[in-house]
Amino acid sequence: MPLLKTENLSKSFGGLKAVSNLDIEINQGELIGLIGPNGAGKTTVFNLLTGVYEKTEGTMTFMDKNVSGLKPYQVTLRGMARTFQNIRLFSDLSVIDNVKVAYHQRTSYSTFSALFRLPSFYSGEAEMQRKAMELLKIFNLDDKAEETAKNLPYGEQRRLEIARALATDPQLLLLDEPAAGMNPQETHDLMNLIRWIREKFKLTILLIEHDMSLVMGVCERIYVLDYGMIIAQGAPDEIKSNPKVIEAYLGEEVV
Amino acid sequence: MRNWFNRKNIVALLGIVLLYAVVQGLIVFDIMPPFYKLTLILICIYIILSTSLNLINGITGQFSIGHAGFMAVGAYVSAMVTAIMHGPLLLGIFIGAVVAALGGLLVGLPTLRLKGDYLAIATLGFGEIVRIVFLNMEFVGGAAGFTLPSKITWTWAFLLMVFSVVIIKNFVGSTHGRACISIRENEIAAESMGVNTTKYKVMAFTIGAFFAGLAGAIYANYMYIIQPGTFSFLKSFDILVMVVLGGLGSITGGIVGAVVYTLISALLAGIPEWRLVITAVFLVVLMIFRPTGIMGTKEFTLGFLGKKGDKNATSKN
Repeated sequence: MPLLKTENLSKSFGGLKAVSNLDIEINQGELIGLIGPNGAGKTTVFNLLTGVYEKTEGTMTFMDKNVSGLKPYQVTLRGMARTFQNIRLFSDLSVIDNVKVAYHQRTSYSTFSALFRLPSFYSGEAEMQRKAMELLKIFNLDDKAEETAKNLPYGEQRRLEIARALATDPQLLLLDEPAAGMNPQETHDLMNLIRWIREKFKLTILLIEHDMSLVMGVCERIYVLDYGMIIAQGAPDEIKSNPKVIEAYLGEEVV
Repeated sequence: MRNWFNRKNIVALLGIVLLYAVVQGLIVFDIMPPFYKLTLILICIYIILSTSLNLINGITGQFSIGHAGFMAVGAYVSAMVTAIMHGPLLLGIFIGAVVAALGGLLVGLPTLRLKGDYLAIATLGFGEIVRIVFLNMEFVGGAAGFTLPSKITWTWAFLLMVFSVVIIKNFVGSTHGRACISIRENEIAAESMGVNTTKYKVMAFTIGAFFAGLAGAIYANYMYIIQPGTFSFLKSFDILVMVVLGGLGSITGGIVGAVVYTLISALLAGIPEWRLVITAVFLVVLMIFRPTGIMGTKEFTLGFLGKKGDKNATSKN
């Protein structure tokens, strides 16, 4: 049984079909790439999966349950977390508070306990602080825990976004262009980080990326999207030599 | 319990008790002129109003300008309980606040789907509707107003003010408050991190309305008379000005804003024809030189006292 399965998934904005008849299947533990030229509809796919957009047609099944029509926070509760193409941190909050927001849904104390500062508030907050620090340590951000998120350098903001997504305790992690704006060294480190968190957190990962060295380096299987449709899928080597993919990226041969 | 008695809280408590005792002493020994006492109680009322509006506008990032409407609900409902039904004062104040909170819940559920300007217009409309409703209610005096005995003393006003600020501060400093702040910072990201944004917007709005109602109830039971005209949109703007003046998103800023604005109004009471002119000039100058308000989003904390204490439990913006 696949972890995530979409059938016939489509999304139209007025007359524009941004995604049409998308069929993808992701198995537990896989690391899948989703690539395609600019405007192919990759981020739209993410927004459909996470409930930011409502689908026009089709079905989405995640962990054997239908997830279409759920709100984004409900999708997150079911175990799907994401990062954003243009980083969306809570920029005025501290690094650790960014992570704590993601722990919010699993908070043990009630609003009443918070308002009147009952013992469960203090133990709940202490537990959250401990878990958040542990996670930040894994991402090497623990010495910057009290820093305001917007003051972090770009690469660390990307890492914090991944850490924050992991704090929601996901089964499936969706990474939207995690290497955007990174230099080759940073991309290489990111590649190792992605492999490592997959092992450590027993994750299934779906990632959108333009950096081919990253996609070809870490992904086991790749879907290629063009004009909202899957035009190819397979192992990295197959994709590299697939004429349809080359055409989508470079255009048709004129001669 | 032992969590409560760290050095910061003890110092804060001592400060509060000292402030209360000094003013109470001046009142008991008749040293304080009545006008000063009125101003001090008004400051307490406005601190509750600005802190509660700050929760909605500054912390959660929604733009509500109907706060006087909730204040009116609290004022009239508590007046009905204490003056018409002759209920006890505290019960009246509590019922006034609860009814205002219910109003906040009813208004918040549909309108908090709106964003920015639309929410502002909807809440402004709500405030005016409330005023018109009370204007047309004959049994609470209509336009002429409703007279009731003044039962609120400095002690009650001060205690209720401290209670309100502490509760709102506790809310903001918890995971629920962080959820609200995350909505202000980035609603899409908040939702993606598992925050039920609608729930927390409505929750902040309801708590804000509760304390606006509480402030209205204190006002009604102090002022001898309440009139619908008092709770017009101008009052909503006064409260909004206090919040912006002190710093949107800063609880201590809201308090500073309320104190400064009420003091300016009181100081200029002798020259009514120039009062609004001078206030306006002051605000324009402040907005030019300090557009984020007196405190910005910073909080005044007693962190310099060393002990980490409450550090993990307060949100540091």
